[in-house]
Amino acid sequence: MNVVTPFEGIGASLRRKEDFRFLQGRGQYVDDINRPGQTHAVMLRSPHAHATIDRIDTAAARAMPGVKAIFVGEDMAAEAIGGIPCGWQIHNKDGSPMAEPMHPALALGKVRHVGDPVAVVIAETKAQARDAAEAILVAYTPLPAVSGTEAALKPGAPQVHEAAAGNLCYDWHIGDKAAQEAAFARAARVVKFETTNNRLVPNAMEPRAAIGDFDAFSGDYTLYTTSQNPHVIRLLMGAFVLHIPESKLRVVAPDVGGGFGSKIYHYAEEAIVTWAAGKVKRPIKWTCERSESFMSDAHGRDHVSTAELALDAEGKILGLKVHTLANMGAYLSTFAPCVPTYLYATLLSGVYATPVIYAEVKAVFTNTVPVDAYRGAGRPEATYLLERLMDVAAAEAGLDKVEFRRRNFIRPDQFPYQTPVALQYDSGDYHATLAMALEAADWAGFEGRRAAAKAQGRLRGIGISTYVEACGIAPSAVVGSLGARAGLYEVGTIRVHPTGSVTVLTGAHSHGQGHETTFAQLVADKLGVPTANVDIVHGDTAKVPFGMGTYGSRSLAVGGSAMDKAMDKIIAKGKRIAAHLMEASVEDVEFERGTFRVAGTDRTKSLTDISLAAYVPHNYPIDEIEPGLEETAFYDPKNFTYPGGCHICEVEIDPDTGRTTVVNFTAVDDVGRVINPMIVEGQVQGGIAQGIGQALLEAAVYDASGQLLSGSFMDYTMPRAGDLPDVGVATHTTLCTHNPLGVKGCGEVGAIGSPPAVMNAVVDALRDYGVRHVEMPATPQKIWGIVNAHRIAAE
Amino acid sequence: MPQVTLTVNGTKHTVEVEARTLLVEALRETLRLTGTHVGCDTSQCGACVVHMGGDSVKSCTILAVQCEGSDITTIEGLAAADGTLHPMQEAFREYHALQCGFCTPGMVMSAIDLVNKHPDGMTEQQIREGLEGNLCRCTGYHNIVKAIAAAQDVMHGRVSELARAAAE
Amino acid sequence: MYDFAYHKPASVADAVKILAADPEARPISGGMTLLPALKLRLNRPSAVVDLSGIAELRGVTRKGDTLVIGALTKHYEVATSAEVKAAIPALAAMAHTIGDTQVRNRGTMGGSVANNDPSADYPAALLALGATIETDKRQLPADEFFNGMFTTALEVGELVTAIHIPIPEKAGYAKMRNPASRYAMAGVFVAKTAAGVRVAVNGAGANGVFREKAMEAALAANWSADAVAGIKVDPSLLNGDIHGSAEYRAHLVTVMAKRAVVDAG
Repeated sequence: MNVVTPFEGIGASLRRKEDFRFLQGRGQYVDDINRPGQTHAVMLRSPHAHATIDRIDTAAARAMPGVKAIFVGEDMAAEAIGGIPCGWQIHNKDGSPMAEPMHPALALGKVRHVGDPVAVVIAETKAQARDAAEAILVAYTPLPAVSGTEAALKPGAPQVHEAAAGNLCYDWHIGDKAAQEAAFARAARVVKFETTNNRLVPNAMEPRAAIGDFDAFSGDYTLYTTSQNPHVIRLLMGAFVLHIPESKLRVVAPDVGGGFGSKIYHYAEEAIVTWAAGKVKRPIKWTCERSESFMSDAHGRDHVSTAELALDAEGKILGLKVHTLANMGAYLSTFAPCVPTYLYATLLSGVYATPVIYAEVKAVFTNTVPVDAYRGAGRPEATYLLERLMDVAAAEAGLDKVEFRRRNFIRPDQFPYQTPVALQYDSGDYHATLAMALEAADWAGFEGRRAAAKAQGRLRGIGISTYVEACGIAPSAVVGSLGARAGLYEVGTIRVHPTGSVTVLTGAHSHGQGHETTFAQLVADKLGVPTANVDIVHGDTAKVPFGMGTYGSRSLAVGGSAMDKAMDKIIAKGKRIAAHLMEASVEDVEFERGTFRVAGTDRTKSLTDISLAAYVPHNYPIDEIEPGLEETAFYDPKNFTYPGGCHICEVEIDPDTGRTTVVNFTAVDDVGRVINPMIVEGQVQGGIAQGIGQALLEAAVYDASGQLLSGSFMDYTMPRAGDLPDVGVATHTTLCTHNPLGVKGCGEVGAIGSPPAVMNAVVDALRDYGVRHVEMPATPQKIWGIVNAHRIAAE
Repeated sequence: MPQVTLTVNGTKHTVEVEARTLLVEALRETLRLTGTHVGCDTSQCGACVVHMGGDSVKSCTILAVQCEGSDITTIEGLAAADGTLHPMQEAFREYHALQCGFCTPGMVMSAIDLVNKHPDGMTEQQIREGLEGNLCRCTGYHNIVKAIAAAQDVMHGRVSELARAAAE
Repeated sequence: MYDFAYHKPASVADAVKILAADPEARPISGGMTLLPALKLRLNRPSAVVDLSGIAELRGVTRKGDTLVIGALTKHYEVATSAEVKAAIPALAAMAHTIGDTQVRNRGTMGGSVANNDPSADYPAALLALGATIETDKRQLPADEFFNGMFTTALEVGELVTAIHIPIPEKAGYAKMRNPASRYAMAGVFVAKTAAGVRVAVNGAGANGVFREKAMEAALAANWSADAVAGIKVDPSLLNGDIHGSAEYRAHLVTVMAKRAVVDAG
């Protein structure tokens, strides 16, 4: 019996369906899976940032207990195994394609970063595999290495790839240079600002893992992997690396313990265990150790930028010029090239009606772990640059930082708004989110709190960030024209079973987002089926027809819209069946929340009546309509979605230790229509925690020789509960105008909006010290250095 | 190989392990209790926390042989036989204190020990400090702190915040 | 981890016998330092000798003006011991800040002392309090016991069995944690004892825990935070890493010394 309580549909803070298994230890993550006859793999990784491999001697290792096989790069090359592919091609200013050097799954002749896999050992137990990996003798000749983003382009820098002269991957630009120069020529003031966006390690709590399995009788391969997008992995690995047809390759991404971007990409280990399973004819499990994650999961951010803002005498923005260097690491990860270009430079207008923008971006290779999208991907970098620049400019122009922003906002009546950097924002109300946030944060009362802190010897500062981001990626035709090698639609199937329960198949993947609940709410809202009777199936290429996965806050905007479209088809077919059963004309049948009704009458049929008739077609228009009630829809978005809002942060600094504490954080975000407020708030809180982490705590630090100095939780500062404040989260809604749900996306806003709010607060706290800028992360040591330098100068 | 006898979630097991086998390996690989997770190799993340004689411990930093004769409780052993969740589990669900679920088992086990060791209740700051040994990358801890604050009242038999929240 | 043999003796005598017979064997109590090192394959003992079955090494007792703490007493037990809280509240408070809850539930005072990790907390307390470390063979004053980073006066196979701590007039501790590892980056333990004022610094020294004599003299003359405010340790004697340069640590030692004095009251 399908009865929906009113609290299950859109807008209900429904408690999550998935929590029962997670809370009782019954989730099934990749490392929890054990296949019959399973063996274990350990990767032998390079200790050098850059070296030639002169010889690999595996004889002693092969003779060790339990060892089944050892493979090196040449073994894969001998079978014409392809390199790990890149999914996005950027073109240089002159129209030529970017440098795209080969990325072998196992190193061939050379290693290019600490952690580059050199050999795989497969043994009966993991301990045996590790024991044997230590017995492999690799003769390396170390080469000079380059790790710094700026250092990579210096003349004479060590060359990471022969195929990338001067370590340049691409030299790209966007915008109108001549118009920008003209705008700057008539400016009353040009404010210049340089900054580094610190390199981060995503550190999803579940380390990556992969199990390769091969059925020698059917020739079928199965890969269980910690992925945000199993279909993409099947496509990339099957077609480009292992040359296995999709029909013979199943990729399963079961419960996945967080992704944040780092589990989008096709990683070498996935290809290695799948291929090797075919060789040893046994399942092979590989589970990453955390210290291994640090040197093999794609890192994030790592930009060095210079920005210049031209203002007129009234403080109106005339133009923006940006020059950015982006570190790609040693190889191109799946989405890496598009992050500092189409996910970054296109966001440089921010929430402001900036008339002209010109940005150039150079991407460089270094002897470091590949860099790719990490929560926000390009948009946090753009937002940080712009929102710090706004504060610097306001200070130099002697303007109030809130008024300066407000004065330059895109007004609600300007939507749809075409920016000078390709995007067209569909909706938003930046004045409203600003006003709400100022009120919630008691902006007006700050100076009193600052004085109170000062009386106790602490430095209090307040910072604001007003931002917009582009997510819900993306129109396939648009991204195709920009170099994407895949479509970016999503697929949804709605299967109404004979007695009315529903199975939803989606190409989106849940790794913390709560899709099993949110998606069920969509069905409850539209079809009137209680969420308890709706099951969401995702993460298995054998079950779900196709999909592009979850990243870029796209699951609801794109995946949810596909489901909505499929539900429209269900309703349309249902109406035809209902019309037959009620002997009415199709045009007269209405549908609302589970009930088909002949308009203006009390004649009704429930969805269950219809589904039963569809599968038991005794009284059914069989010549006109096929039996069954299952529909699939592909939804290709017409545009990106544009969540935005305002974040306000208050910090207190202990000048004696340099320690910064976030004492207040207020976020007001416009994420479009909210399906489940509880889940949205959780997403925003989590994103803000990562943003505060970037601003105050986290940094992947390489030394000049390419050794990772922050290679474990002993040295890489992960935010802990005590490092974070209670976060105030609210939403203000303007609807997305181009998708059927009106949703925008909430996964990344926290990580995008928060870092500049925190850093603006830090700089504000240090205002008496004459500080113009502080680089992230604002560690105690760094802040103490500033305070101390000021003290010395004053003496 | 050494033999070790330990009681896990009320059931006595005798298993053969290498001396170097960690408790978490014995739980996950020998007893197939995969609810206890491993998120790091430097004893910091706390995804592997279980109770040993009622105290929270990191099962990645104890040898199985060190657990001879001990009483171990894992996340699988918390709920009642009829499926009723432990108040801490219930609070985590009610307050949306989990997202990907990976840190959750360790977080819940730590939280229970924390509440047990503070019979007079904890402030928000004490809860935050008490979670020092557990990392979560999804939630920003915000709702975890709220869940523990609510669960401590239930566990200590005080005003039932949970009941109130559920009634709302 | 490399494999090893495992022994669990029931007495100190048996433990010492096993350790004497095999110089490559390592004792383990809580294992909070040894096991992480073994997991990273940083060392390779032939055998691990589990001391946790030796009942005689547990517990806290007060003998006149001295607290005697068994080597196997866990940090949590020290933090919550009514005896410790009454006699040396700063020691109980310090124990409450060691590692995290799970470390405190397993780690032992004897293990921490015998390991002498430069960023561990107890060595600073024992040095400042003028404690005596009792082993299966002898009694060693803390000044003679701690011999630099990860180095003590213990001979191979010698076991710490108890710590004797004279109860001070007052004592206090403050530390700045490394933001990532949470170990002390600079910690200062101050104590006003019958034998005079003693100040010990952990976390910062290039060669492990050390006494800060200039601060001791200043505090002996004037027990106040102001007395140490102008005293800066020589950065060349301190260590540095990505989280804290030697100069920063030198500054922190002064700040933590002031706070420790305030903490002592």
